Amino acid sequence: MEGLTLSDAEQKYYSDLFSYCDIESTKKVSANGRVLELFRAAQLPNDVVLQIMELCGATRLGYFGRSQFYIALKLVAVAQSGFPLRVESINTVKDLPLPRFVASKNEQESRHPTSYSSDSENQGSYSGVIPPPPGRGQVKKGSTSHDTVQPRASVDQQEPVSPVVSPQQSPPASPHTWRKHNRHPSGGNSERPLAGPGPFWSPFGEAQSGSSAGDAVWSGHSPPPPQENWVSFADTPPTSTLLTMHPASVQDQTTVRTVASATTANEIRRQSSSYDDPWKITDEQRQYYVNQFKTIQPDLNGFIPGSAAKEFFTKSKLPILELSHIWELSDFDKDGALTLDEFCAAFHLVVARKNGYDLPEKLPESLMPKLIDLEDSADVGDQPGEVGYSGSPAEAPPSKSPSMPSLNQTWPELNQSSEQWETFSERSSSSQTLTQFDSNIAPADPDTAIVHPVPIRMTPSKIHMQEMELKRTGSDHTNPTSPLLVKTSDLSEENKINSSVKFASGNTVADGYSSSDSFTSDPEQIGNNVTRQRSHSGTSPENTAPPPPPPRPQPSHSRSSSLDMNRTFSVTTGQQQAGVVAQPPAVPPRPQPSQAPGPVVHRPVDADGLITHTSTSPQQIPEQPNFADFSQFEVFAASNVNEEQDDEAEKHPEVLPVEKSSDPASSRVAKTDSKIEEKTAASAPANVSKGTTPLAPPPKPVRRRLKSEDELRPEVDEHTQKTGVLAAVLASQPSIPRSVGKDKKAIQASIRRNKETNTVLARLNSELQQQLKDVLEERISLEVQLEQLRPFSHL
Amino acid sequence: MAVCVAVIAKENYPLYIRSIPTENELKFHYMVHTSLDVVDEKISAMGKALVDQRELYLGLLYPTEDYKVYGYVTNSKVKFVMVVDSSNTALRDNEIRSMFRKLHNSYTDVMCNPFYNPGDRIQSRAFDGMVTSMMIQARRGKESLVARAPGAWSPEEAAKGGAEDL
Repeated sequence: MEGLTLSDAEQKYYSDLFSYCDIESTKKVSANGRVLELFRAAQLPNDVVLQIMELCGATRLGYFGRSQFYIALKLVAVAQSGFPLRVESINTVKDLPLPRFVASKNEQESRHPTSYSSDSENQGSYSGVIPPPPGRGQVKKGSTSHDTVQPRASVDQQEPVSPVVSPQQSPPASPHTWRKHNRHPSGGNSERPLAGPGPFWSPFGEAQSGSSAGDAVWSGHSPPPPQENWVSFADTPPTSTLLTMHPASVQDQTTVRTVASATTANEIRRQSSSYDDPWKITDEQRQYYVNQFKTIQPDLNGFIPGSAAKEFFTKSKLPILELSHIWELSDFDKDGALTLDEFCAAFHLVVARKNGYDLPEKLPESLMPKLIDLEDSADVGDQPGEVGYSGSPAEAPPSKSPSMPSLNQTWPELNQSSEQWETFSERSSSSQTLTQFDSNIAPADPDTAIVHPVPIRMTPSKIHMQEMELKRTGSDHTNPTSPLLVKTSDLSEENKINSSVKFASGNTVADGYSSSDSFTSDPEQIGNNVTRQRSHSGTSPENTAPPPPPPRPQPSHSRSSSLDMNRTFSVTTGQQQAGVVAQPPAVPPRPQPSQAPGPVVHRPVDADGLITHTSTSPQQIPEQPNFADFSQFEVFAASNVNEEQDDEAEKHPEVLPVEKSSDPASSRVAKTDSKIEEKTAASAPANVSKGTTPLAPPPKPVRRRLKSEDELRPEVDEHTQKTGVLAAVLASQPSIPRSVGKDKKAIQASIRRNKETNTVLARLNSELQQQLKDVLEERISLEVQLEQLRPFSHL
Repeated sequence: MAVCVAVIAKENYPLYIRSIPTENELKFHYMVHTSLDVVDEKISAMGKALVDQRELYLGLLYPTEDYKVYGYVTNSKVKFVMVVDSSNTALRDNEIRSMFRKLHNSYTDVMCNPFYNPGDRIQSRAFDGMVTSMMIQARRGKESLVARAPGAWSPEEAAKGGAEDL
């Protein structure tokens, strides 16, 4: 404040006193007990003391800075000398004797305010108002300000319940002070009557007094802490509060003070070392905080809603901005509610602030709520729910609304379920991994990768057809068709095994659609393939191996034609079911003539079943040349046409190529009519369902074939009618395995090609995107220029 | 990257506005004020649909030769306005979006603070820090001292009677 000139003696004296009072070693004395005791020891009337405090600006600041302290001391001297207290009197009154403080047993150079005597004296007077409070809080209480009265009243009411009651005990301003408070925590409530105006925290003091009565723990620190913390609350004459000090506590304080005084020097030295300590919560402090927490929220695992916490901390009389900052620091999970840890951290920060510590910018580590038992103070024992609760902060309480008292009850459960939350996340992550796993399964197997259990209508005939096509065209571009065809059928259905495998691969490459499907279905397909193959080899009616992949809903097909194909293939697939490896989207007839025998060979490679198929239908191999042997088709078709004629129409074009490939198969089929028929019969019912899938893949290649090889049409036309038959044939072709092998290669080749195309396209896409961005930027800049040129018409 | 960040309340008064101190702050304040019209225009244009469907990010409100003004409005009609330097061409739309997202999150945190009364000036240090980081990024090469307090339009310390040292 005003300039204060001190004589040397005064300077020394004051600095000593300041050091003594500056327990926290922060160069600021927040109205801690020492200060109040000091003032009390000055044996000045309370109002005088209050006035002094006002004058020196401590009340304004909330704490005694060094200058304020000095001014206060000077004023004490002035008052003691009988001069009127004026701001100017600080400097005007000359030759003031040093302020006298009734020394207690405290040996600190007899400066230590011996409030004891004064306390006892005052107590009587204040007892009515302030039950012998531990003094500290009471100092404040008496104080003062009417606003404190309100809080106090509320506190009074609350104390018994104390939802947001100011801490009954002065929050441990410092580790040592804390100790004392421990005892008081709950006792004080009884003291409500503390001067209404008293600081909110007064009940705190009251509590202390109640419990401190006779509490030997009341070290000198205990009073100070409450005072330290709450002194700022009180403008009321500290003396009043001093008076309220417990005699017993006083005595205790005396003893403690002695200790304290003895340690003052140490404190000073400790300043630097203890700097970190302020943020540490000692056990006593923690216990205190926990008790306070309990008053607001009985469940230690629960939350304190923001409004309640606001009310509570507002009593500390800290400026709202600081409280807001404290809140920001302590509300770790930003949920608008305080968990026990957060509350303790907030409380600790408030205490520290009241004691003059500056608020940190970031929450100190020691105050951070940890997932597991945290603070070194490790008062864990006192906070049973802490562990679980500490986990909760990490878990973002369910509701963010600051004031949801109703949630208090739910919070505990939520807190308790924090572990569940954690596990939940784990679960979810694991599920994710599962899904990824699924998607990865397919690619793992090169054969099945991409594959989607597209039933490949790998009727030998079809394959042959394809091969023939290839031979004619001699181009691989047909290959893509096969994969496409395969794909369509894939999508439609997944059960075809070998072919399906190929198809799937082809599909993914060719179309990219439902590639994921293919992946997932792969494993199934594989299994199915195997089973199918075996079944096919056995040509048992049960070949309809369980449609491994769930019939892929066609909808994923982007190609409309594929739908048709699906249908087409479904027919064939159905037939296949009987004894053919899932013809899944008929492996688009591999346009590789050389593959004709290849597939046969591949088959064994691709799938064991294939081999069996081939073995089982050795006749099929040589039948490839029967590709054009439509007679068998007719024969076969006849048996199957009935079933599939409906679908044939659409499948015709698509099936044509398929037919070609399936011709050999059909021829084979013809030879194995018996088998086929059996299969067909057996698969008839399944045809419909399966038909779609086999159709899917085949359609693609088939389609391409159509485009690329019209010449096949003529041949195909002849068989249009038989397309359906073909489909059926294909479906039931035992020779499919062979074609599957060929198709597989073709599919793989097509896959490769498609992949390359994909990468090229992707690159192109990225380039275009970049260009787009650039263009947009240009556009923006042009717009800006336009705006510049255009008269600023608006804005 | 921002040169000026402002949070405007529903009633179109500023809750928080902060500019790079070296610049003429009045100019930025004026720009923000005039951009409110554009914001309202955009809100009403989209207003036909349900509020939920309304996109929070408004995009470029209007460009001037030196600056571009971007807007963002929350569901509670709290508007965030950001002025960025036009010379900062590297700023993409998503960056602006992410900045607004950060702003929104910080604003939410401020709202969660029970000590904050909606409608009050935002004096949260955390919010300040976040805005500073956004502004400092842009000014790294230039004045890297976008001091929080000085730049802040809302003098926290001055407002505090206690004038505690914080």
